[in-house]
Amino acid sequence: MSKSLISIHDFSKEEILHILSVAAGMEKNKSQKILEGKVVACLFFEPSTRTRLSFETAANRLGARVIGFSDIKNTSITKGETLKDTIKMVSNYVDLIVMRHPLEGAARYASEVCDIPVVNAGDGANQHPSQTLLDLYTILETQGRLDNVTINMVGDLKYGRTVHSLLQAMSHFDPKFIFTAPQELRMPEEYRTFLSEMNIPFTETASLQEHLDDCDILYMTRVQQERFSDPMEYEKVKNVYRLEASMLSGVRDNMKILHPLPRVDEIAADVDDTKYAYFYKQAENGMYVRMAIISYLLGLK
Amino acid sequence: MTEGTPILKVSAIKDGTVLDHIPSQSIFRVLDLLDLQNSENPVTIGINLESKTLRHKGIIKIADRFFADDELGRIALVAPTATVNIIKDYKVVEKKSITLPKTVVGIARCANPMCVTNHQKITTKFTTSIEEKKVKLLCHYCEKTTEFIPL
Repeated sequence: MSKSLISIHDFSKEEILHILSVAAGMEKNKSQKILEGKVVACLFFEPSTRTRLSFETAANRLGARVIGFSDIKNTSITKGETLKDTIKMVSNYVDLIVMRHPLEGAARYASEVCDIPVVNAGDGANQHPSQTLLDLYTILETQGRLDNVTINMVGDLKYGRTVHSLLQAMSHFDPKFIFTAPQELRMPEEYRTFLSEMNIPFTETASLQEHLDDCDILYMTRVQQERFSDPMEYEKVKNVYRLEASMLSGVRDNMKILHPLPRVDEIAADVDDTKYAYFYKQAENGMYVRMAIISYLLGLK
Repeated sequence: MTEGTPILKVSAIKDGTVLDHIPSQSIFRVLDLLDLQNSENPVTIGINLESKTLRHKGIIKIADRFFADDELGRIALVAPTATVNIIKDYKVVEKKSITLPKTVVGIARCANPMCVTNHQKITTKFTTSIEEKKVKLLCHYCEKTTEFIPL
């Protein structure tokens, strides 16, 4: 079985650092035809335009050809084809599969039924490891280091897949965490226990303003209305976690604001023009990191 | 068994396996896990018997049948307190302790409705752990932790 990237736990600390350094090389040289003659399949069993375009562009910039589908309409899956058959069939055509699927564990299963590398581009609420790697790349790029960084995670810390994966990946690098969330959406106990066992310090607050001035990374996430059982509770918190430029007067000079995007109201438009906003560059970094992942799994970097 | 009582609540077997100290409410699950409904061997079952260590214990005696350690390990999923006695010629010749297997393949269902194993024909696979005296199963596919649910 080829090496795949299904979960951030599949990569050791050394492999993570290797991917980040390959990605830095990709950023310096954005078109490297090292995958000339290769074919990459992008199988999106549920739509995700941003992630798909990022992966497809990454493959194209490396000189690979891309095949695939962006949703399951007009495919044999609607005729009842099993996931195994779809993956086995495609894996005989191509050199690497990138897949997104609404079911959790679908990418792991796919990697077990075929002999080529599989990259998980999101399996339901479970894992999205390229997002985590691009977050790490962006932290390294903006801070010059991954060690001893203080990260303030804001918003939906209960259901947010990205914050959980980032927390686990950062645990290799002696971080400090601040968790800013309403009581309903606070960091789940399993992750707080994990940090305590790893001796990683964290503080929790419900106030966004409280810890803006003592973090290096402000990692904003969207608070989703559908997560609240009581609509009144949502109304109470939705504006509490809205970041505006006027709130940034006392922050650290090196502080950068990240967001996995899409954002709605949690970052006001006037923040975009400050030197702290970094989420557009973060999304761009996703392409370099995906170039690095694809070339690493194909044994070329 | 040397229970010291003149009358046994569940009659003795000459040769075979005795599974003792099973919580009464788990007895049918143990029968399931060892597939004893489809067994040809004589099986005698006792439920709600008095016990020094459990409030009500269950006991299963299977004549002329001996199990592999990994088969017995499955019992730990539903009855971690169970003990195993191997009987030869009416005497206990060996007492076995059951150890929870590290992985559980094909006998449990993932509780996560969005797990791929609940939608495609996939053999389930879990890594076991014990948290606060309860058996927890980590799904190899969706990476969620659940309690034991038989297939």
